[in-house]
Amino acid sequence: MKVLRSATAGTLESSDCQVTVEPGEGGIELALESVVISQFGNQIRRVVYETLERMGIVDIKISIVDKGALDCTIRARVEGAVFRANGKTEDLPWGGLIR
Amino acid sequence: MLNAVGREIPEEILRMTGKEVFQGNGHYDGIVYRKHGPKTTCVINSGGSKLKKTIQEVLVECGIRDGMTVSFHHHFRDGDYIVNMVMEEIHAMGIKNITICASSLGKAHDPIVPYIEDGTITGIYSSGVRGKIGEAVSGGKLKGLAVMCSHGGRVRAIETGEVQIDIAFIGAPTCDEYGNCRGIGGRSNCGVLSYAMADAGYADRVVAITDCLVPFPNFPAHISMTQVDYVVEVEAIGDPAKIATGAAKPTTDQRKLLMAEYCTKFVVNTPYFKDGFSYQTGVGGASIASTVFLAREMKKRNIRMRFGVGGLTKPMCDLLINGQTDCLLDTQDFDLAAVESVKDLHHFRISAGEYANPFNKGAVVNKLDFVILAALEVDVHFNCNVVVGSDGVIAGAQGGHPDTAAGAKCAIVVTPLSQGRIPAVCTEVTTVTTPGESIDVVITDYGIAINPARPDLIQAMKNVDLPFRSIEELRDIAYAITGRPEKVQFMDRVVGIIESRDGTIMDVVRQVKPFMFSEERV
Amino acid sequence: MINDNRKRLRRTMMFLNAQKPALIKDPYIYKPDSIILDLEDAVAENQKDVARFSLYHALRSIDYCGIERVVRINALGTPYWREDIRCAVAGGCDAVRIPKAESAEDIRRAEAVVDSAEKEFGRPEGSVLIMAAIESARGVMKALEICEASARLFGIALSGGDYTKDLQTHITGTGIELMGARQNLVIAARAAGVQCFDTVYTDLDDMEGFRRDVETIHLMGFDGKSVINPRQIDIVHEIYTPSKEDVEFAWKVIREIDAKRQSGIGVFTVDGKMIDIAFYDGAKRTIALAKASGMYREEWEC
Repeated sequence: MKVLRSATAGTLESSDCQVTVEPGEGGIELALESVVISQFGNQIRRVVYETLERMGIVDIKISIVDKGALDCTIRARVEGAVFRANGKTEDLPWGGLIR
Repeated sequence: MLNAVGREIPEEILRMTGKEVFQGNGHYDGIVYRKHGPKTTCVINSGGSKLKKTIQEVLVECGIRDGMTVSFHHHFRDGDYIVNMVMEEIHAMGIKNITICASSLGKAHDPIVPYIEDGTITGIYSSGVRGKIGEAVSGGKLKGLAVMCSHGGRVRAIETGEVQIDIAFIGAPTCDEYGNCRGIGGRSNCGVLSYAMADAGYADRVVAITDCLVPFPNFPAHISMTQVDYVVEVEAIGDPAKIATGAAKPTTDQRKLLMAEYCTKFVVNTPYFKDGFSYQTGVGGASIASTVFLAREMKKRNIRMRFGVGGLTKPMCDLLINGQTDCLLDTQDFDLAAVESVKDLHHFRISAGEYANPFNKGAVVNKLDFVILAALEVDVHFNCNVVVGSDGVIAGAQGGHPDTAAGAKCAIVVTPLSQGRIPAVCTEVTTVTTPGESIDVVITDYGIAINPARPDLIQAMKNVDLPFRSIEELRDIAYAITGRPEKVQFMDRVVGIIESRDGTIMDVVRQVKPFMFSEERV
Repeated sequence: MINDNRKRLRRTMMFLNAQKPALIKDPYIYKPDSIILDLEDAVAENQKDVARFSLYHALRSIDYCGIERVVRINALGTPYWREDIRCAVAGGCDAVRIPKAESAEDIRRAEAVVDSAEKEFGRPEGSVLIMAAIESARGVMKALEICEASARLFGIALSGGDYTKDLQTHITGTGIELMGARQNLVIAARAAGVQCFDTVYTDLDDMEGFRRDVETIHLMGFDGKSVINPRQIDIVHEIYTPSKEDVEFAWKVIREIDAKRQSGIGVFTVDGKMIDIAFYDGAKRTIALAKASGMYREEWEC
C-alpha cells in the first residue's frame, strides 16, 4: 500500500485519536501527541508501527493526536487514514491487511 | 527506608525533614506532646480599630522578612483573590524564601508561579497544588519541598508547632474594624471559615482581609477579634461566581449513576445502615447521585441519619430540610444552597481540627459510619492516590481523604475502572496518599471489591446481588481493556512529600521527566 | 440452516454510533440484550468509510460479554451497504439490520451478500442473522412477506421516525400515529414465527412517557424495544420481568404438560385455568425472561 495524498481520520473526542497521514520522504516519520503518553507512549508507537508494517507501508509521514484511544481505535484510525490516502473504499482486505 | 505501605523513603529526605516513615494509622496513639503557642502581640492601644489601609502597610507592621511562613485558607476555592494579592505585595517588597502554608492551592493561584520561579516562594505546605503551581512543582521549579498534607494533618502540624505560621491571612466575607470575622454575608459569602481557625489560633500575627466591613460587633464571630491583629479592607476578596456555584445539575451520565446505584445498594446492606447512622460524601457526580439515591432508600425504609459531614452540597442540605438527618457538621460549602443552609440551627460549623486532626482527643471523622470518596488510582493493596496525575504531575489535593478514610467504619472509594485510557485500579499507584488499611471497599462500573481485611463486610454481602470481584480481578479487567500501563518516568530529585495524617512520610513525589520513547524500536 | 440465536431474548436493543470509541468500548456494563452498532444515520456521509474500520476493530477486539452484536448497515439504495456487510461479517457480528426494508426482495438481496461474505471470510454458513427495519407505509403493508423472506431473519423492527413522515404525521408521544403499524407488524411477525421490536423513544427527559410506551408495547406482544440510551434499559427489563407468581405458574404448566403428554391427555387445568399444549412455549418464555432479569430463584420450580 502507498500513501498517495494526505488524509485524516478520527476526532479529538475523549477515547479517540486523530490521525493524519501524508506521503513520506523515505521512511516512517511519526509525530505522537497523547494525553496518556507517560503510561502508553511506547504501546501506541508499537501499535502504529505494527499496523503500518502489516499494510506494507514504509514511506509515510504520520501524525497522531491521541485522547486516550484504545489499541483497537488507534488501529482503526491509522488504517482509515491510510486507505483514504490511497483512495480505496470498497472490497477492502478485511481480515487480511486489516486485522 | 521502607514504610508501612511499601514505599522507599530516601534517607536524605528523612534527614532533611526530621520526619519518620509512615508506620500505620494507629502508630502514635497515646503519644504525649506539648502544643505550640504563638508569639503573640498584645493590642492595647488600638483605639478600637485595627484597620490598616493597605496590605503593604500591614506587611510592614507584621515585620515581613525573608524566610517567613505565611498562611491562607481555601474556602473561596477557584474564586480566591487573597493569595495572589498578598504574594504580589510580598514580591514587590523584594522578600525571598517565603513558605506558603495554605489549606489548599488551586487554579486561581496560577499567577504566583513566577514567584516560585524567582525564589520569592521556596516552600509550600498545602493539602495539594493544582493547575500551574502543580506543574511548576513537578517540574522542579520550587527550591524547597512541597509538603502535601491532609486537612486534619495540617491542623496537627500547626498545633504541634511543626509548622510555625508567622502571618496568617484570613479572607473574611464579613468583618468589623475590630477583627470579628464571619464566613457569612457580603459578596464573597462562603458560609464557614473552618480551615482558617487553626491559623487564627496559632499564627504569630493574624490579618483579616475583607471586602465587606460591617459595624462592630460582627457576631457571632467565626474568628474572634481576640485573635486578629489587623484588618484590611480591599475592593474584592474573591469572585462570587467561582466561590459557591449554583447547585450542580444531577448527573445524567449513566456510568456515574450505575456506580451510585451500586454504592447505595452496598451501603444499605451493611450493618451500619440503621437509624442514627452518619455519612459524608464528596462533590463528584457519582457521590452526589449516591446521596440522592440513599435519601430515597432512607425514606423507603424509614431510617434517619444522625449527622452528615462535609464539604457540603445541596443534596446533603436537602436531608436536613426534609428532616432526614438531625444535623450537619460543616467545614466547607460548595454551592449556594449549602451556604444558605448555614443559617439553619442544626447546621453546625466545625473547625478543621474538630473535623479531622488525628492528634486531638477526638475528631468528627472518627464518628463516621460511611464516607464515599473518589480516587485517581487505587492499587491491589487498596492504597489510593488522589494527588499525582497519570502523567506524574501533581494535580490534586489530599483534602479530607486520608482523614475520613481512616476514621469511617466503612470507607468507600467510587471510581470508574478506567478514565480515558488510564486504569484507575492498578498494580501499584504512582503515589500513595491514603493507605490501603483505611479503605474498605472499591466500587467501579465493572464491579466491587471489598478489602480482604474486612471479612465482616464480605460476610454481610453474602446474599447481596452486586457484581463482587477481587481487587486483582478488577485490575485484570482494567488492564485487559486499556493495556498494561508503563510506569511514569521520574528524575531522582524529590520535589514533594506526601505527609500522612500523623506527620510521617507516606510517599515522596519526584521531579517529572519529559516522556522519551524506549530505546528498542518495535 | 439452524441457528439457535434466532430466538434469543431481545428485550433491549441499544443503538450505538459505530465510530464513537467512547460509546462502543463497554456498553455491556449496562446489560442490554443486544447492541446495534450503527453505520447508517449516526454516521455522517463523509465518515462512512472510516466508520467501518472502527466497527471492524471493535467487533474483533472488544469482548462484549455475550451481548448480541447487530450492525445496522446503510440502506440498500446507497453505495455503502455491500461493503458494510462485508466489514460486519468479517468482524464477526452476530447479525445485520437492514434499514428501510420494503419487500422480500430487499431481504434476499442483502441475504445474498451476507451469504457470500460468510464464505469469503470463512464463517459458518448461516451464522450471521438478519433483522429488518420497517420504516414506510409500504414496508408495513409488506410485513408478512418480509418476515418470511429468509431463514436468517430473526425479527423485524418498527422505525417510527421515518414511518410517521411517510404517513404524513409525526411522533406525538401518545402513540396514536404508530397504532396501525405496531399492530400490523406484531401480527405479521407472530404469523411468520419471528420476533418484533418497537421503535425508539427519543425524549430522554420524559422517563414517565417512556415507561408508558414500553408498557403499551409489552401488552401488544412486542419482544422488546430499541433504546438510544443506557438509562432506558432498566425500565424495559423491569416491565418485561415476570412476577414470582408468573414463574411458579409457568413451571406448573410445563411440568403438567410434560406429564400429561405421556399419558395422552390434551386439555387439563392448572390452578383452575384451562391449559393445553399451546401454553407450553409461553411458559418457557416466562422462565427465560425471569432468568434473564436475574429475579429467578430455583426454589420456585417446585
